[in-house]
Amino acid sequence: MSNLWGDSLSGFWSAWIIIITLGTIALSVWILLANRRTDKTPDADGNVETTGHAADGIEEYDNPLPKWWFQLFVLTVVFALGYLVLYPGLGNYAGILGWSQEGQWEEEVAQAEERFTPIFAQYQEVPIPELAEDPEAMQVAERVYQNNCAVCHGSNAQGGYGFPNLTDDDWLYGGEPENILTTLNQGRNGNMPAWQQLGQENIENLTQYVLSLSEEEHDAERAASGESTFGAVCAACHGPSGTGNTALGAPNLTDNTWLYLAPGQEVGDSIRQTLRNGRNGHMPAQAAYIGEERVHLVAAYVYSLRLAD
Amino acid sequence: MSTAFEHPTYNYKVVRQFAIMTVVWGIVGMTVGVILASQLVWPQLNLGIPWTSFGRLRPLHTNAVIFAFGGSALFATSYYVVQRTCQTRLFSDKLAAFTFWGWQAVIISAVVSLPMGYTTTKEYAELEWPINILIAVVWISYAIVFLMTIKKRTTSHIYVANWFFAAFILTVAVLHIVNNAAIPVTPMYSTSIYAGAVDAMVQWWYGHNAVGFFLTAGFLGMMYYFVPKQAERPIYSYRLSIVHFWALIMIYMWAGPHHLHYTALPNWAQSLGMIMSIILLAPSWGGMINGMMTLSGAWHKLRTDPTLRFLVVALSFYGMSTFEGPMMAIKTVNALSHYTDWTIGHVHSGALGWVAMITIGSMYHLIPRVFGRTEMYSVNLIAVHFWLATIGTVLYIASMWVNGILQGLMWRAINPDGTLMYTFVEAVEASAPGYFVRLIGGLFWVTGMLIMAFNVYMTVKRREAISHSAPQAA
Repeated sequence: MSNLWGDSLSGFWSAWIIIITLGTIALSVWILLANRRTDKTPDADGNVETTGHAADGIEEYDNPLPKWWFQLFVLTVVFALGYLVLYPGLGNYAGILGWSQEGQWEEEVAQAEERFTPIFAQYQEVPIPELAEDPEAMQVAERVYQNNCAVCHGSNAQGGYGFPNLTDDDWLYGGEPENILTTLNQGRNGNMPAWQQLGQENIENLTQYVLSLSEEEHDAERAASGESTFGAVCAACHGPSGTGNTALGAPNLTDNTWLYLAPGQEVGDSIRQTLRNGRNGHMPAQAAYIGEERVHLVAAYVYSLRLAD
Repeated sequence: MSTAFEHPTYNYKVVRQFAIMTVVWGIVGMTVGVILASQLVWPQLNLGIPWTSFGRLRPLHTNAVIFAFGGSALFATSYYVVQRTCQTRLFSDKLAAFTFWGWQAVIISAVVSLPMGYTTTKEYAELEWPINILIAVVWISYAIVFLMTIKKRTTSHIYVANWFFAAFILTVAVLHIVNNAAIPVTPMYSTSIYAGAVDAMVQWWYGHNAVGFFLTAGFLGMMYYFVPKQAERPIYSYRLSIVHFWALIMIYMWAGPHHLHYTALPNWAQSLGMIMSIILLAPSWGGMINGMMTLSGAWHKLRTDPTLRFLVVALSFYGMSTFEGPMMAIKTVNALSHYTDWTIGHVHSGALGWVAMITIGSMYHLIPRVFGRTEMYSVNLIAVHFWLATIGTVLYIASMWVNGILQGLMWRAINPDGTLMYTFVEAVEASAPGYFVRLIGGLFWVTGMLIMAFNVYMTVKRREAISHSAPQAA
């Protein structure tokens, strides 16, 4: 890529950067040297006579530059020039050390992989149910969980609005080790379509019917009218009795667990909102971020959470 | 305002207006700062509504203290200094009045639009495009008034304070216009004409020069007049001022990339930002030396003159921040300090210690003079303000140093298995005591500013009392 912002610059831009950089430094040094000395001699107080002009009564001595300040200035310039010899800075010139931030990152990651991967590879060989019973492994697993998963699922793993609780035994996509591994490695997309087109009446009837499935307070008459619509529209995913389908990630509607219930919100309101506008749940795939070794360990951690009860 | 005290030559009216608004906006901006500091201790104080949330109030705080408080102070002092050192009246009273009302209109627009959520998302350049156009018009008018006043001076030399003011005014005009170049989409929404890493680079070229020219060069102009004037001593070295002025304005231009270390910015640009920041140390310190050494032979005045104390302590904090800045620009240091509260501490040692202190010292010198008095209503209250401001600054920056290093170390600590030792939330919890101390520091500052407001009010009021009784006495 040959533009001003790529890793490699065109010859013109490279030369331009070198010239204005060194030019700016040279000009500063010239100003410094040109004003270094004064031929005037100090008075009894050690001050050199004033310049002779006054501004609103303010006079100016013409003292020489403090020696230590002059030296400090020169020292920083020497450091800067030395740095530009060693490190990238002057256009396309890469510097004697051949250093780059990308190179440093790759090197550090490679070192870390070499040091830490064996630890996780060892755990990967242990079956998840067994690993979940290993307190030392679970301590390491919890650290991985807290730094990668807790931001959505909470540091106590109890989830939140739109983020599933991992400590109960209610699973959108199944709670067997292989289900959890698939969820973590590949991620999940849960799509509940919007049913606005069914109209206000049907939405209200369906809401009452879904409430009745969990034995929440509901309007029995409307729930009864909603039942047939449920069978026609919702049963395909949620099942004829509303118990859901883990193959699709369609939630069980009969267990009184609500993923999209905001604090203080009434269950009926949440259901109505879901029916009207639909929902989009997104669990990002973790394999690309933390690697399958760590995913295996976290899967065991998630598996272990229900054992704690 | 009464015209009884109009100076025969100079336009003091616009100076008085800006001076009063400096105090007013100082209180407003710092109070918003205290609210934000409280929200970081007690998050529920954001009241759960968008208009008072941290994300909207934070740019209001920065804009209010930098552009409303700092800006009004720069207008007031530059108009005062340029007239007195050039011995001539401002080029145009009408244009000067326009800059006052125009600048206040900009500030009011910010106070309304930022809490409403309008933002370009560019730090220190959050205001949307219609306000940016107004800023550009006001700023160009300011440049015309200032530069044309220098042109019609009756003195032979242009005093060093005016070099710094002129450099600040011209550069800020360029920075503002280039960084805010955008395509308007709706009356209150626009998109930057730059993209990706180029946008980030332009933004921090602007952002760091807002520090370098608005908050450094401008306030050095203030320093070069009010320090020798209050100390009644000649400037230490004319040639030092030449060298550090030219070196400062040449090198500052390059320092922006140090805000983007270890990002998508190309390696060469990061390196140049770092080395130029290091070269910047000596030119920055040139101003501190010239101010400090000007006091040689006048140190005893510090015992009785709290105004001079403000000016001297401002120079000390200036020297400290301009050492800390180059140090933080070194990549290895930056890898620890970046994104932590250390940055916030560094900014405030500059903003409170240098900018606000030099402003307040200058205002205590200037306000009695433009209101026809010989000194402030109460010198003791200036001394009280001085101690509140100094202790407040020290509490602020010390707590943020501790928090910053704590956060930097906690974020990078790892267990033997390579996992992070602390979660982000644990670092936030560990920062809570520092946030509380910072809040106390902020309260010291606001208290000091309220005392200043009382002192200024009494000074102005007494002037009127004297003016009313004058005819009877005569």
